[in-house]
Amino acid sequence: MSEEKYIPKSKLGQWFDSRLPLLTLSYHLQAYPTPKNLNYWWTFGGILTFCLITQIVTGLVLAMHYVAHVDHAFESIEHIMRDVNYGWLIRYVHANGASMFFLAVYIHIFRSLFYGSYKSPREVIWIIGLLIYILMMATAFMGYVLPWGQMSFWGATVITNLFTAIPFIGESITTWLWGGYSVDNPTLNRFYSLHYLLPFLIFGLVILHIWALHVPGNNNPIGIDVKKNSNETMPFHPYMVMKDLLALLAFIIVFLWFVFFAPNALGHPDNYIEANPLVTPAHIVPEWYLLPFYAILRAIPSKLGGVIFMFAAIFILMLLPWLDTSKVRSAIFRPIYKKLFWILVFTVILLGYLGAKPPEGIYLILSRLATAYYFIHFLILLPLLGRYEKTDPLPMSISDPVLDKPGVIDKVKKAASEYEGENVGSFK
Amino acid sequence: MSKRRDFLFTTTYAIGALGVGSAIWPLVDQMNPDSSVKALSTTEVDISSVEIGKTITVLWRGKPIFIRRRTKNEIDEASAVNLKDLKDPEKDSDRATNPEWLVMVGVCTHLGCVPLGDKGEYKAWFCPCHGSHYDTSGRVRKGPAPKNLEIPKYEFIDNNTIKIG
Repeated sequence: MSEEKYIPKSKLGQWFDSRLPLLTLSYHLQAYPTPKNLNYWWTFGGILTFCLITQIVTGLVLAMHYVAHVDHAFESIEHIMRDVNYGWLIRYVHANGASMFFLAVYIHIFRSLFYGSYKSPREVIWIIGLLIYILMMATAFMGYVLPWGQMSFWGATVITNLFTAIPFIGESITTWLWGGYSVDNPTLNRFYSLHYLLPFLIFGLVILHIWALHVPGNNNPIGIDVKKNSNETMPFHPYMVMKDLLALLAFIIVFLWFVFFAPNALGHPDNYIEANPLVTPAHIVPEWYLLPFYAILRAIPSKLGGVIFMFAAIFILMLLPWLDTSKVRSAIFRPIYKKLFWILVFTVILLGYLGAKPPEGIYLILSRLATAYYFIHFLILLPLLGRYEKTDPLPMSISDPVLDKPGVIDKVKKAASEYEGENVGSFK
Repeated sequence: MSKRRDFLFTTTYAIGALGVGSAIWPLVDQMNPDSSVKALSTTEVDISSVEIGKTITVLWRGKPIFIRRRTKNEIDEASAVNLKDLKDPEKDSDRATNPEWLVMVGVCTHLGCVPLGDKGEYKAWFCPCHGSHYDTSGRVRKGPAPKNLEIPKYEFIDNNTIKIG
């Protein structure tokens, strides 16, 4: 947080700011000191904010045309696609926007895993982030039910049936979630209501996430603490804002490529068949972003066990700041952890692949191995690594890794001598 | 004095919690099945046109109900099974009081998919979602499902009609 006291220039500004310090807040957000070595993996926070706003705006508009009733929902989606002005565009942006949101959040999470951003003093930021992720999954799941296609219906049936695995009270909980004895009109209605609500809860958590971030400030690729308001940091605006915007533009290109050239590539064709409670599609698969957890669910040969392991796979991440006992944050200085990180990335992608395959033969065996490894990584390897891994020496400052490269100082001096501005003499 | 005050605080909190709780309950309970859903809880089915070896599927409470007129072979196979081999041991005679007619909720007890008929290792029902196999009595024999296919409450009103629910 910037230490200096901000005083608005105009009298009116001072009058207002002393009553509601919005100008101070805005100043703080602009001047917020960011480490100068942040790389492009740090631009996904801004990209995710963009995704959330895009989903809220497009969703708000779609809600003006959608009808949450089993007899009309499927038709109203086709009505949006065919009749509503630009309805096809808005719906495709919303549907692909969900996938893009998850793509960005996975990169954001793995960035945190690689650079140890979840470690002290940033545990609360990490946990709030995970809560956002869990709410995102709930929101996406309920949104996928709304078109009332075959995958909507059977996805909803399978996921709500997860709760029947709870001993004794499971059946009553599921009936309560459904508002009946199967997924039906009451279920569709309440999912619509919650799908509209949850993004605003996410928005609230995002504010807390950023607030918690602004207390210790950003982690950085080197992973050592930076001295704030020194030559190690730069104000957020305009430096990080420009970098974030450039990354955002690249991201939007990918996003719009899907929207305009492959709008259904990430969806499932069965969802263009209206829901039928008498026929289950041959292969029920969730959306791609939930597949790793689906693979874990199916890997365990017991109903309750599968459900427990699937939820544990998410909640174990909450404990990560305490399971990873290494004091060194960045994987750059952790030779073994760096390898394990990439093995974990591979394992999660493998689980995602297996989640889309039928649960039999080699796929089932691989699912079990990958599930076991996922838990071993967090519960056994990370605690041991903190104790036994020999880490590389950390630099004294985030500038050192750059300046230590041979010839860098000379190059900078030469560039400085060619520059005819002031302060050349004072350059060291 | 302070004891008197503590008592007042405790009773105030307790009454307050009770009030908040009773205010929240309607908000929770409104999600349970409503009267109109409960009113649809019985269905009568005409079974006169079902031939031996065929299954019909009807909708009851939004769920598919399988009504199968079993062949002699299927009945023999189902009653010959050793109960020790079963994950959820139930006698076939308890599941089908009239052995020719098997009436079950057609919902897999794993995660609620509709099993496919005449499929799987027991040539009876097989759930395509997560691979549970059921036998000719609808009992789970293999796969992640924990229980046999549920038998709903039903009765024969006459020789040609079943009332479910």
